[in-house]
Amino acid sequence: MESLFGLFVVVVLLVVGFSFGRLAESRHYASIKQREADTLNVPAVTCRRWELERPIAEASLAVGSVVVSVDYFKRFLTGLRKVFGGELHSYASLIDRGRREALLRMKESCPDAHLFLNCRLETSSISKGQGDSVACVEVLAYGTAIRFADGDAVRSQATD
Amino acid sequence: MNTSLDIVVTNLESVPGRRIVEHYGLVQGSTIRAKHVGRDLMAGLKNIVGGELKGYTELMQESRQEATNRMLQQAAELGANAVVNVRYSTASVTQGAAEILAYGTAVRIE
Repeated sequence: MESLFGLFVVVVLLVVGFSFGRLAESRHYASIKQREADTLNVPAVTCRRWELERPIAEASLAVGSVVVSVDYFKRFLTGLRKVFGGELHSYASLIDRGRREALLRMKESCPDAHLFLNCRLETSSISKGQGDSVACVEVLAYGTAIRFADGDAVRSQATD
Repeated sequence: MNTSLDIVVTNLESVPGRRIVEHYGLVQGSTIRAKHVGRDLMAGLKNIVGGELKGYTELMQESRQEATNRMLQQAAELGANAVVNVRYSTASVTQGAAEILAYGTAVRIE
């Protein structure tokens, strides 16, 4: 009887994880895509220098970070996947969401910047040693926000 | 990101548009934080549906700010007015705690 109850709990968690996790993910992706489109004219690059010689008014560090976790259903799938090996697609979307969100937060922390130089992405697991209880990663994005003195966006300048 | 200390922080070798006149060497700041039980419990629940764990995000942001402030404090004591080439690193020291380290080179700019 007790094992039957345990099975029931697992099934409920799987259903809840699958449905709500999917809903949350699609909502999050919609928001990410919208905000990425909005900040498209403020490039974040990994270069240390920018070719255009333009007077720079201000440079400062910009940081964005997020902690994300996968849902119960995906963790269950991963458990199965570990038997056969291969790519863990469910975790790929987790990391992807985290990185894009962190980058967006970095950009949004400096709304009047024109360019982000030397951007770095760093991922770290903050739940090491806790086994399966909490599976989450922290993604950190940081770079140097540059504001040009003439106040034009980078894109329009580059196409001129 | 900058605090009241009024120190310019970048992760480039220099401060674009400004000239470095003096180097003071490495400055660093770190902090080790543990999550409190309430946050852990909420995160455990949130973990069923996945997505962002806001409590943890805030915790990490606070600690990163703290580490940065300590680094800036050290730079200010040296008489620097900028810190360049700043890096962050995170290490998990013990279960449920994270160390955040911020380090960079303290310089004086014109």
